[in-house]
Amino acid sequence: MGRLKTYSRRAFLVGSVAVAGGVAFGIYAVRTPHENPLDGALAEGEVALTPYLRLDAEGVTLITPRADKGQGAYHVQAALLAEELDLDLAQVRVDPGPPGAAYWNTALAAEAAEFSVPSAGLMRNVAETAVGAVMKMMGMQITGGSTTVPDQFDKLRSAAASARETLKAAAAKQEGLDASALRTENGTVILPDGRALPYAALIPALAGVDVVQDVALRPPADWRYLGKPMQRIDMLAKSTGTQVYGIDLEIDGMVHAAVKLNPAQGGALLGYDATEAEKLRGVQAVLPVTGGVAVVADNTWRAFRAAEAVVAEWGPSEMPASMDDHWQALAAAFTRDRQDSRQRDDGDIETALAGAEVIEAEYRAPYLAHAPLEPISAIVRVEDGKAEVWTGTQVPRFVQKNVAAIAGIAPEDVTLHVQMMGGSFGHRLEDEVVKRAAEVAVQMPGVPVKLTYSREEDMTHDFPRQIAMARLRGAVSGGKVTALDLDIASPSVMVSQMGRQGISVPGPDSQIVSGAWNAPFAIPHHRVTGYRAPELAPVSSWRSVGASHAGFFHNAALDELIHAAGADPLEERLRLCNDPLARQVLEAVAEMSDWQGVLGEGRGRGVALTTSFGVRCAEVVEVRVTDDGIKLENVWVAAEVGRVLDPVNFENLVQGGVIFALGHAIHGEITYEDGIAQQSNYDGYPAMRLSQAPEIAVRGLENGDNIRGIGEPPVPPAAPALAGAIFAATGTRLREMPFAKFVAFA
Amino acid sequence: MKLTVDGVAHEVDVEADMPLLWVLRDELKIKGVKYGCGIAQCGACTVHLDGEAVRSCQIWAEDAEGAEITTIQGLGQPQALHAVQAAWVAHQVAQCGYCQSGQIMQAAALLAEDPDPSDAVIDDVMSGNLCRCGTYPRIRAAIHTAAATLREA
Repeated sequence: MGRLKTYSRRAFLVGSVAVAGGVAFGIYAVRTPHENPLDGALAEGEVALTPYLRLDAEGVTLITPRADKGQGAYHVQAALLAEELDLDLAQVRVDPGPPGAAYWNTALAAEAAEFSVPSAGLMRNVAETAVGAVMKMMGMQITGGSTTVPDQFDKLRSAAASARETLKAAAAKQEGLDASALRTENGTVILPDGRALPYAALIPALAGVDVVQDVALRPPADWRYLGKPMQRIDMLAKSTGTQVYGIDLEIDGMVHAAVKLNPAQGGALLGYDATEAEKLRGVQAVLPVTGGVAVVADNTWRAFRAAEAVVAEWGPSEMPASMDDHWQALAAAFTRDRQDSRQRDDGDIETALAGAEVIEAEYRAPYLAHAPLEPISAIVRVEDGKAEVWTGTQVPRFVQKNVAAIAGIAPEDVTLHVQMMGGSFGHRLEDEVVKRAAEVAVQMPGVPVKLTYSREEDMTHDFPRQIAMARLRGAVSGGKVTALDLDIASPSVMVSQMGRQGISVPGPDSQIVSGAWNAPFAIPHHRVTGYRAPELAPVSSWRSVGASHAGFFHNAALDELIHAAGADPLEERLRLCNDPLARQVLEAVAEMSDWQGVLGEGRGRGVALTTSFGVRCAEVVEVRVTDDGIKLENVWVAAEVGRVLDPVNFENLVQGGVIFALGHAIHGEITYEDGIAQQSNYDGYPAMRLSQAPEIAVRGLENGDNIRGIGEPPVPPAAPALAGAIFAATGTRLREMPFAKFVAFA
Repeated sequence: MKLTVDGVAHEVDVEADMPLLWVLRDELKIKGVKYGCGIAQCGACTVHLDGEAVRSCQIWAEDAEGAEITTIQGLGQPQALHAVQAAWVAHQVAQCGYCQSGQIMQAAALLAEDPDPSDAVIDDVMSGNLCRCGTYPRIRAAIHTAAATLREA
């Protein structure tokens, strides 16, 4: 049984630290501990057992370092806590903790290191340590990369288990009993005589009790919550309109701000005339901000309306003038001096292609907006050398740093309250809205300024998903795929995104080829090369990041070759697959879909497999040709995640990921003219609607040793599986998204 | 201007053309009604106007005067759920949840009119409500469950 043993608690439990009035567990991976972010933030009578949970008179609160943007991060973390601390899941309260370097994301660092040192073993461990230490120092308390579950799985359970045993030790000392005679249940320590002491009642007894550190985690067979269907803790609020999101928050004395930003991305504000805007009811101020103008009013709508009435003079964008220019820049990037990575180079591709009939094709993936349904917003108040911020963000440490710089104060003087998010898909890895709110707030000391972006400002000033292009050269022989050479060019998301935070990212960018370089196929001659195009539009992480384009390219390329070989898309993938876990997800979707190769007239199926964020995910899509166009009928998905912690939420996230991906593959595209986004709302940027949504069957596999997150991995295989299905049904090969440019959909 | 929202009469002093959405959210502080697009593309702001599902971003305040306005917070409460809300909880529909107020209001209006809607009717009526998280399979299932509950009631 190797499962779960890869999670060594020693890797991060090396000591404990004292905090006000008690003790806290430190989960530190390098020698110098970070400051405990709860130290100093505790009220009288509170004892912080670990940086991951707080115990006070009202019970246990999860201090979550990970943000919830709809994926159920609060819920699954609360379940991890409840499991080891013997709490009723419904009673766990959640508090997005203050920014703190101790909450660094180990799993994100490990993911980055895997690419830079692809061979496992010692070198990889060294790289994990090095990259991890660097990320820790940068304070990357980031929610992203589908890492919440892998990162928190052991940390939170360990923290909870230590807390449980320490509470038992405190009870034992208080009652003069042996701790081994005690047990815990439903938030209480149960004494041998049957008395139940609530955890909160033991707070005084915790003083002077050593933290119990070496606690074995419960085996999965003993789990009460994990692995079983649970009721997500936010379902009731989200079904009754009572969930408060960042955009809903009101602070006493608050004013409402809106912005009118230069529609040409990155262009300057040259001048403005606010005469008409200032005449409108409720308008209090019109102020310049970076790249535009902010209007302050007494109501969101009045601020929106007045912003529209501002007449501004704009400077130009530095972006290429037309989309043709964007694509030409990508086409020109397939050069030796722009080569970024070649992590896959099996066999001898040049020799194999030299003597063969070479199959060539080119593929494209467009810019995409994130467009979560809740527009971005932030409340900022600056006063007397302090700032307070309320916003939904995935990058709390960056927010703290950036607001501090604008306010001219120290980062520790910025208090951040992270809010529930109405979706993100990577959008809230950026913090432009917070910076602009802070720019207004410093001009109105003491006044909480709530800046809400209109949908139009949100969409046209999004930093989109990267565009990308790929070129295939391949060959087949004897009914088999024998050579696949894939060149992929795109701008570097990581450089663009981190660059906005003043962080340089050295080395190759794994995201240019993510999901392609690691495709688990033993094609005899197999090469994947990444080329770094210059930054055209500033780009940012979009759900599944690089795999959203490279996973499409590689699967689509493989499909072309399989067809040329006269083989079956699923059978040939199975024949080529050299990764047991990937083979199992392929076998699973074959069984689930009852894959039988060619279907009847006007129907077709496609299959794709991508490994992203450590998750092997296979999907089969089935379509039917109707009078109204292509109709999506069924999708079957299998994903290998090591452990499914909540089967209900798992199914929902996978189905949602498939729908998100299919909707964008069919409809999604942001285009720029002179740096101006040509789509500004959901009419110009349509998404999948309920009537288009297929039936989606989901299976989570648990054969691997590593537990993985499921937020992003269902996205990459969906587009190529759909393209394969459309080819099977119509004979039309789609090599460019969005597909609706080329075929009609019902 | 007098508005009746969730059975409560309110006097508001707003422009005649302020969208009902913003009267509800910013003047009456009923935040369960969501802003998503402002142009009737997403349905997050859906409320009932005399029982009919409407996009509150498209209704001027003066046109809502005298009407019975029902929001998600008047449809039911956490301790007294409407059948549609109960079905949403039972099927665990929400992910981010931001669109669900509008989805629920649209579904409740549908079921008031058609107690046993076919999938085709559900597809037709619900396709004006956008869910960026992709919870559509659960929305379909929850509507069927709510329909059955309401028929038995």
